[in-house]
Amino acid sequence: MSVDLRWSEQEEAFRVEARAWLGANVPRGLPSGDTRAGFAAHLDWERALSDARWSVVSWPARYGGRDASLWEWLIFEEEYHRAGAPQRVTQNGIFLLAPSLFEFGTPEQQDRLLPRMAAATDLWCQGWSEPGAGSDLAAVSSRAVRDGTGGGWRLSGQKTWTTRGAFCTHLFGLFRTDPGAQRHRGLTYFLVPLSAPGVTVRGFERLDGDEGFAEVFFDDVFVPDRDVLGGVDQGWRVAMATTGSERGLTLRSPGRFTRSAGRLVELYRARPDPALRDRVVQAWIEAQAYQAFTLRQVTSIVDGTPVGAESSLNKLFWSELDLRLHETAMQLLGAEGELDGPWTRGFLFSLAGPIYAGTNEVQRNVVAERLLGLPRK
Amino acid sequence: MRFGLSDEALALREAAAEVLASEVPPAVVRAGWPGGDGGLVGAAWRKLAAVGVIGTLLPAEHGGLGLDENCLVPLLEEVGRSGLTVPAVETIAVAAPLLPADQLAAVLAGETLVAAQLTGGDLVPYGQHAPLIVLCDGDTLRLYDRGSLPLTPVSTVDGSRAVARLVARPSAGDGVLLTDEPAAVAAAWQRGVLGTSALLVGLARRMLDLTVGYVKTREQFGVPVGSFQAIKHALAAALVAVEFARPMVLAAGWAQAARTADAAAATSAAKVLATDAARLVARTAIQCHGAIGYTTEYDLHLYAKRVWALAPAWGDANRHRAELAESLGV
Repeated sequence: MSVDLRWSEQEEAFRVEARAWLGANVPRGLPSGDTRAGFAAHLDWERALSDARWSVVSWPARYGGRDASLWEWLIFEEEYHRAGAPQRVTQNGIFLLAPSLFEFGTPEQQDRLLPRMAAATDLWCQGWSEPGAGSDLAAVSSRAVRDGTGGGWRLSGQKTWTTRGAFCTHLFGLFRTDPGAQRHRGLTYFLVPLSAPGVTVRGFERLDGDEGFAEVFFDDVFVPDRDVLGGVDQGWRVAMATTGSERGLTLRSPGRFTRSAGRLVELYRARPDPALRDRVVQAWIEAQAYQAFTLRQVTSIVDGTPVGAESSLNKLFWSELDLRLHETAMQLLGAEGELDGPWTRGFLFSLAGPIYAGTNEVQRNVVAERLLGLPRK
Repeated sequence: MRFGLSDEALALREAAAEVLASEVPPAVVRAGWPGGDGGLVGAAWRKLAAVGVIGTLLPAEHGGLGLDENCLVPLLEEVGRSGLTVPAVETIAVAAPLLPADQLAAVLAGETLVAAQLTGGDLVPYGQHAPLIVLCDGDTLRLYDRGSLPLTPVSTVDGSRAVARLVARPSAGDGVLLTDEPAAVAAAWQRGVLGTSALLVGLARRMLDLTVGYVKTREQFGVPVGSFQAIKHALAAALVAVEFARPMVLAAGWAQAARTADAAAATSAAKVLATDAARLVARTAIQCHGAIGYTTEYDLHLYAKRVWALAPAWGDANRHRAELAESLGV
């Protein structure tokens, strides 16, 4: 059978188990995980997930997962959002770094880092953007030079827009190891504890007022060789695998958007405005389309075709869907739209979607050049 | 869970695509327009019939392929992509499964085309020449000989659709009863919506391919215009629209084949996405071509006009959004 959009009995059983556990355990009313107090509360939740082995369901059991299939992972995500469970403050580790660790990490790195990540003991943030390298990631100038002892590297420079950097314990980032190499060449992917001497972290407010951003300064920070991921000067290749995860389905599964669309439908029922009805329906349709697209994509992954530049299609679609959906909600709220609340916070966050994980303008270039084959210059 | 194309669907699509590639060059699409050699269109349709596609949904004992809506979608996407001017959706998806045995052989052989108007409106696409016409009469579907209906040709944006206006409804009891089962009537309607959505996706793909080919070779300011970011971004947005409509149409086909409770909703969602995507691609394609896209000498208009004709057919996007609104309780 090559097409069957039904879940198997085993998959349904997995759903039932996930739903029951989430129903009994999801905490209500946590403060934002992008504030210091909120982050601590979220860690309790992350550790509860980990204790019950729900924090990283698709990982091997030896690292704290359940060996769940990609399909089961989608089901878990759907149930997670359906239950109204909190944001995952561990996401940059478990959803972005981990896929690259599985692909490029040594067994020693995997054994050392993955269980601590699954247990929310090590909390990872991303160190890519710099003051002079945003959309143009290949322009990073933070550098790593060989340490005199020969056992590692010395990092210097500055990273910025680091999400939850002020609350995390570790950073994965790109540094220039070959000063003579241009652009994408000569970059290396480092794994750095933020407690290392020479690291300074300064948190600052995002648009929504939470201290969700940080600048991270590196002043001659020693990193041992064992914390290079994927080989010296091979950082771009590893980073591109990470961005594929970030743009595509591992960070943004369809359950998130079918749930938001469902909430929008509920909001409309409570505050109907015929002028906005079609926009509510359109959001629901687009969430269904993202789901259908994802099911096709996962089938193709299961069949052995890795997702490449197609992840830019995901990113363009979900980020614009999310923004339109929240704009519609804000209009449905009428005068109350200016009050602080879940929709307002969601709206502010949706504005970040077309920026993070590579701006949508860059994604359109990727789609045009790599999927449509248009000339680069 | 698995969302791919079955071997049967792939084989059917490939067989159809092969015939369409050799038998339907743009000249044959043009031949469907008034003053063109309609015989070329008929010949291409018979070649397509020869690989069995018209009986896609019919059981083998009735001369069909015994396939379902999962196969219908990729097949009709290819037909849409070709631009061939025939009531393929009406004949293959709507009428064939309901026709009486004495009419079936000529239809399966590609000798007889069937037009259909199920919305209750009075415009009948292909009503100028299709020998058989299916109309929805209250809760029943009835089949009429074209000669028995008062039809007047009308001029439309896609002249090859040969639309006729039904100037008076037939008398009760005229024609041949095809079905009066509400479920069968609803299913025929849904297959028509599904098939039209697939045609729209195919047309969108065709226009996108044509435009990508053009902007890679057309030079201005000393470089291919496709190297400009303004063109890249417009075409990337068009591709996103097509790539997210396509799986929704396939998913609607699966829902119909599996008779799921949400088949109607999935089908409406598919029509909305396919219509909006095809409209976006048509407009983007013309813009990215510049003035050559605004001529009838260049082929692009053939596909764009089909889109503008099919967008309102079988319920426009607003109608389907309204139906979804109803089912969502908003």
